[in-house]
Amino acid sequence: MQQDSANIPFWRDIRILKILFQVLFIIGIILLALFLYTNMLQGLDDQETELSWDFLFSEAGFDIEEGTYSDPSEEENDSDPSDENLKGFWIGIVNTLRESIEFDPSDTNLKAFWIGIVNTLRVSIVGIFCATIIGFLFGIARLSSNWLISRIAAVYVEIFRNTPLLLQILFWYPLILVLPNVRESINFFDSIFINQRGVFLPSAEPAEGFNTWMWYLLSGIILAILVVIGFAVFRYLSRSRELQQTDRPSFVSNLIFSAKWTAAPIILIVPFLAWFLTPDAPLELSRPELQKFNFVGGIDLTPEFTALLIGLTVYTSAFIAEVVRAGIQSVVKGQREAARSVGLKESQVLRLVVIPQAIQVIVPPLTSQYLNLAKNSSLGIFIAFPDLFQIGKIIIGQTGQSVPTFAMIMTCYLIVSLTTSAFMNWYNRRITRFDSSS
Amino acid sequence: MNENTTNDPIIICEDVHKWFDDFHVLKGITTTFKKGERAVICGPSGSGKSTFIRTINRLEEHQRGTIIVDGIELSNDLRNINLIRQEVGMVFQQFNLFPHLTNIKNITLGPIQVRKMSKKAAEEAALALLERMDIADQAYKYPSEVSGGQQQRVAIARALAMEPKIMLFDEPTSALDPEMISEVLDVMRELAHSGMTMLVVTHEMGFAREVADRVMFFDEGVVVEEAAPADFFDNPQHDRTKLFISQTLQH
Ligand SMILES: Nc1ncnc2c1ncn2[C@@H]1O[C@H](COP(=O)(O)OP(=O)(O)OP(=O)(O)O)[C@@H](O)[C@H]1O
Ligand SMILES: [Mg+2]
Repeated sequence: MQQDSANIPFWRDIRILKILFQVLFIIGIILLALFLYTNMLQGLDDQETELSWDFLFSEAGFDIEEGTYSDPSEEENDSDPSDENLKGFWIGIVNTLRESIEFDPSDTNLKAFWIGIVNTLRVSIVGIFCATIIGFLFGIARLSSNWLISRIAAVYVEIFRNTPLLLQILFWYPLILVLPNVRESINFFDSIFINQRGVFLPSAEPAEGFNTWMWYLLSGIILAILVVIGFAVFRYLSRSRELQQTDRPSFVSNLIFSAKWTAAPIILIVPFLAWFLTPDAPLELSRPELQKFNFVGGIDLTPEFTALLIGLTVYTSAFIAEVVRAGIQSVVKGQREAARSVGLKESQVLRLVVIPQAIQVIVPPLTSQYLNLAKNSSLGIFIAFPDLFQIGKIIIGQTGQSVPTFAMIMTCYLIVSLTTSAFMNWYNRRITRFDSSS
Repeated sequence: MNENTTNDPIIICEDVHKWFDDFHVLKGITTTFKKGERAVICGPSGSGKSTFIRTINRLEEHQRGTIIVDGIELSNDLRNINLIRQEVGMVFQQFNLFPHLTNIKNITLGPIQVRKMSKKAAEEAALALLERMDIADQAYKYPSEVSGGQQQRVAIARALAMEPKIMLFDEPTSALDPEMISEVLDVMRELAHSGMTMLVVTHEMGFAREVADRVMFFDEGVVVEEAAPADFFDNPQHDRTKLFISQTLQH
């Protein structure tokens, strides 16, 4: 070996060449970055703007109608004065959270930017959740042996996968705007109202017993964690004696097992138990109620939010359906046959044999669909949905600080994307490493 | 007839026909298998051997004729199909083990999910079966981590765990390297001596001669000839059978 490397001239030595190319590549990148940076400074100079972050703390001067919590007690009608009387640690936390999404034109640009982030996250998270459920349903339906079901699924997928998302969003939005006006809302059980101002849903609001109840909950969670760890340690130690070193499940898999059998029941039971122990109801239902001009109380989804959510969900679910279908089809026929031949019912074949194998094929492309959905939410700008991108544009328009604002927007999308992929990669490793039926 | 064979029929096939679209694969199979009988099915590629044994647990549907397994007729009644599948174990050429489950979980899946056995009882039974297959030390590995011969023995254990009355084997050694064939045949031989009713599609003529009560020769969807192994190999009646035997014994 020694002799070999001594004899090779450096321009033929793979090890040296590898390092050489990397060094050249890095130098290239630095030169490019320098060029872009001086170019940018030149441009800013021409526009006579100074690069500075001060604008973030100056008054925004514009209002945001979306996703901001409006305190009912601040409106002229104080229908529920009892709200004022609520006291306690947890009520304080809830109020702080609410204040963090209250917005007023006198707030700073930074606060406006934050509201944009919250709106982007809201529509993305709800969208990902709905698109996953609908996508799985249509993906499985497309493989159904029932001709009608599989045709319907195929038509759904092909229509929404093959038309531009922007077109779809611009199609849903006016559909909502031509819904009946507020007084003639479509009404479900006096709780859900749909009209041209959007969708109004009931919500749960903290009430008298909320503070006590939250303390019970916290104790329940701490108890659950202690029990899980204790049980896992016990099981790990007792199983180690029974089984040989190689057969022994790892401590982590013990932890997951014991979490399933102890934490889940505790977390389900404690809230109910605590509900009975607290003298006053911890939560109360707040239904949307028609006031002079609009509904008050509950949660309201603006037409912009609703249209963007429907657009993103429907479009992405069509892609997810294809991903799911490909995943299921990747499980070879022999697997189903073997499962049937031991007497499993069709639903068990799917749940115990096909899906656990398909999911390993599904997760990586599913991750890209999630990332696409989050990034596509920026199309909301076309229907004036005040997400990160839209608010960023307004701030640029008012302050001229395009470079820092764009840097912030990009950083936010990057953080969202990287967090999503990190989580999905972790999940993917988990399902490929552990045996999913334990 | 072996010492375990009885006179009670357990599988009755009457004029069984099967088409794949307009391709006529089984052209009227009529035969009866008795409890404890060991039948070997052979014949050229594409003659319908696999298709025939797969109709017996409804992995393939037949279009004409009747099949009665352990007193239950195979029809479109889902309940009957599931009952029969619990009575009939199957071993495939490609093993078809579930790659996402450890070997022992492959075996306990059916007993726990279908027979509603407790996890503990199912695992004990599975370990006993693996012991019998001589691979108890492979229980907690994944199928991809063991050899082909060991995988096929896990697959046999998986089928046996359901305590079936009948075992179907579709070329269980054809995908194996030569040195692993005998370990699987040993297990099958042991199973035969335990009195299991077995239908085996195989080209292992030595195994057929030694273990079978009856050899059936399929060609183009019909049973051309069937006889006890001694008669079948030493005194074949039909030209096609003679040709097949001479070709098979060459290698
Ligand atoms: N799912 C199917 N669809 C259409 N044709 C099929 C299907 N399965 C099998 N066939 C055809 O039916 C015929 C019989 O197949 P079968 O698998 O029963 O043959 P075999 O006797 O088991 O042959 P081999 O020794 O090659 O396994 C073959 O011509 C095959 O191409
Ligand atoms: Mg075959």
